[in-house]
Amino acid sequence: MSDLDPEDGLRFERLVLPHVDAAFNFARWLLRSRADAEDVAQEALLRACRFFRGFQGGDARAWLLQIVRNTCYSWLEKNRPRESMVEFDEELHQQPLATPESIAMAVEGRERLTRALETLPPRYRGLLVLRELEGCSYKEIAAITSIPLGTVMSSLSRARRQLHCALVNPGCREAIA
Amino acid sequence: MSCDLTRSALHGYFDGELSAASNADFKRHLQHCSDCVLELATQEFVRDSLQRAPVYAFAPDSLKQRVRAHLRSGVRTDASPQRLIWKWLAAAAALLVVALLVWRVPNVHDDDDYQAGLAAGIVDAHVRSLQPGHLTNVDSADQHTVKAWFDGKVDFVFPVRDFTNDGFSLLGGRLDIVQGRTVAVLAYARSGHVVNVFIWSTREPEESARAGARLGYQWVAWQKGNMEFCAVSDAAPAELEQLHRLFAG
Repeated sequence: MSDLDPEDGLRFERLVLPHVDAAFNFARWLLRSRADAEDVAQEALLRACRFFRGFQGGDARAWLLQIVRNTCYSWLEKNRPRESMVEFDEELHQQPLATPESIAMAVEGRERLTRALETLPPRYRGLLVLRELEGCSYKEIAAITSIPLGTVMSSLSRARRQLHCALVNPGCREAIA
Repeated sequence: MSCDLTRSALHGYFDGELSAASNADFKRHLQHCSDCVLELATQEFVRDSLQRAPVYAFAPDSLKQRVRAHLRSGVRTDASPQRLIWKWLAAAAALLVVALLVWRVPNVHDDDDYQAGLAAGIVDAHVRSLQPGHLTNVDSADQHTVKAWFDGKVDFVFPVRDFTNDGFSLLGGRLDIVQGRTVAVLAYARSGHVVNVFIWSTREPEESARAGARLGYQWVAWQKGNMEFCAVSDAAPAELEQLHRLFAG
């Protein structure tokens, strides 16, 4: 049952519901599946309902996305335990292939972009979705992902490098799959 | 990329997250580091592609309705009963994508398609350049300063000219990426409008000038020697034609 009194329910509708798209998009990219995202985003939203009394005000989107992220990670650990553990092997993928021209050729077309994004470890995929699709500030990213504010920039730099590598070099894909 | 800043400050600059002082420092650095200029253009290109692809996944209405229902009725909602339908829809959508791909592939090298793709790429780059801080890597009305900035950054030589007396004031230059190619761009101001002139080298036989419109922007393309030029703006077509004549003269 709903865990909110009518007044809080209205506040939740006003503050949190406008971010359902953001929640779903973030879950879709972390889980790489619309169907799973629909279930997990719903679970996260119901959890948000339950925790809403603890929300002190402020950035409702960042607050919701933090819950979505945690719900996605729990789901991944339970359903695809290998995936949440994989980290990118930086040394292996430091190949000089990613020239601006080759990247530019590779991003023509949504399928290729989608595939490249999906080959990244969830941690980096999440960072890129928050920054490039959701337009989150570094402060919001730090709040959502629990990485220190001071390392958001270098983490994004790494995530972008890996996306570029995955775009031009199918080898990146195999190493992660 | 050999410059270390392509892995650090460049990203803060690109994301508008540097302090005012660091931002000014990095801007100065950009004046002479072609690694960073090119990397920045690449980042912009990838971001633009991500945002335009579009890869953003909007929530299905059914999800919003279920959450609303949960809030209002207090009745516990179970996982989507429509999930099976979604799976079928997803399969149908995948088939559609495959069908579209198969249908598109034979046309890729079609000349008309190439022209249309080029025009689209140039108009997109023009629109990108209109975002604050994106118009120029080197701001200068001085043609020698702008020309010197391009030295060593592109592998072709082209004339840099200011036409202030004819109503086109040089604002500066930048590097951009269009259709996978690094191109030089000169930016001009024309009575409140920005005009970008994209320049790249070509080995194609010379063609007559071409013009067109896309998304409300006009473009005129012409060739001179081994250079291809394309001017884009929301100014009137006659004004672009005038700029073409100035370049040709």
